[in-house]
Amino acid sequence: MTGTHDEGPRGVARSEAPRPLDGDEEALLPELVAHLREHRTKLRQEWVSRIREENLLQAMTSQEMSAETTSVYDNYVEVLETGSVAALQQYARDLSERIIPRGVETHEVVGIVLLLRDVLARSLFEKYQRDFGMLNRVLDAYEPAANRIANTVAVSFVDERERVIRQQQDSIRELSTPVLPVRERLLILPIIGVLDRERARQLTVQLLGGIRTHRAKVVVIDITGVPGMDETVANHLVQTVDASRLMGASVIITGLSPDIAQTLVTIGVDLSKMATIGDLQGGLEEAERMLGYAPSRPDGAPMP
Amino acid sequence: MTSGPRLFSILRQGSILIASIHTALDDSQLERFREDLIDRIGRDRAKGVIIDVAALDVVDSFATRTLRGIAEMARLRGAQTVVVGIQPDVAFVIVQLGMDTGSLVTALDLEEGLTHLAATAGASIGPAR
Repeated sequence: MTGTHDEGPRGVARSEAPRPLDGDEEALLPELVAHLREHRTKLRQEWVSRIREENLLQAMTSQEMSAETTSVYDNYVEVLETGSVAALQQYARDLSERIIPRGVETHEVVGIVLLLRDVLARSLFEKYQRDFGMLNRVLDAYEPAANRIANTVAVSFVDERERVIRQQQDSIRELSTPVLPVRERLLILPIIGVLDRERARQLTVQLLGGIRTHRAKVVVIDITGVPGMDETVANHLVQTVDASRLMGASVIITGLSPDIAQTLVTIGVDLSKMATIGDLQGGLEEAERMLGYAPSRPDGAPMP
Repeated sequence: MTSGPRLFSILRQGSILIASIHTALDDSQLERFREDLIDRIGRDRAKGVIIDVAALDVVDSFATRTLRGIAEMARLRGAQTVVVGIQPDVAFVIVQLGMDTGSLVTALDLEEGLTHLAATAGASIGPAR
């Protein structure tokens, strides 16, 4: 058994600073670990039944539950033994990766770890109930380690969740401003949903980059799906149109809703430089005319 | 011209002058660029001028003003000016800082600029008549 333990102060479980243990305590942890190993099956089953009672982890089948609890238990005891949380961290991250898509909540994860901590503490109480001084020392050795484990698991879980959320945000952002080349040198940007500042900025980057890559001459920005915008965003839109012009592309804005039109006029954004056309269809016809295509009108007569 | 690599070049192609800026220019270099270019318009009897700024990743207000000035002077001397190759970031910064680009004609790249000049100024890249 390893002789060194890095024990954080009680409750502050992330601290990795090793604290020298007196020989007595040092001998205690291995004894404790041996006890937990010996009663592994019984304690684990007790733990599982407690989880059931508390209605935690209902998303899991009983086989999964049995597999996961076994490995959590073994990891738990191992961390108690070695004092190293790195392996547990790795395991907690893998576990989180598996269970987050199944809708397991933070309180469930924290809940099961605290339950295990409780189950093990109770078994220690039972074992040392006759020797109060001994019990005290055992708990002194056990609790900081247990706290650190609970903390590690919770933090890993939340970290993993945040990582997933960040990833999703990124993909939503990418989806939110598609730049579609419809014809040679003609781009369409359909915008759906509220345009906030971040999205407006994203729009500018995508549009100007798109003009460059697709060598666009005309861009139609369709904002039929935008319920409203504030002054900052409106100004940003005007600037984007100007910047596109500097890159040699004309921008046509289509689908201004009555609300937005009213807002824009009321807040006094300079719209004289913006080409606007009622709907996307009209915008596309105008764009094709500018590009020199001759779209036929519904009546069959070619455009001039 | 000072020693070292050339900071810009002005090439004649038919009745069009193609001026490319190779690196960020400071104010006095920009003035020098303007003088050289305006001078060449008269000497080469150019009908069109293309200024390629694709190599610039920063364009400040002085540069914007200088470009606008060149376009205006060129017009007075009988040539149309197109600025080409403005980078996306640069374009947005120019607009965001409210630098007045006035009547500056811009195009995506050299090819677009040539097409524009051929259409509007009747300038051609063939040998001057």
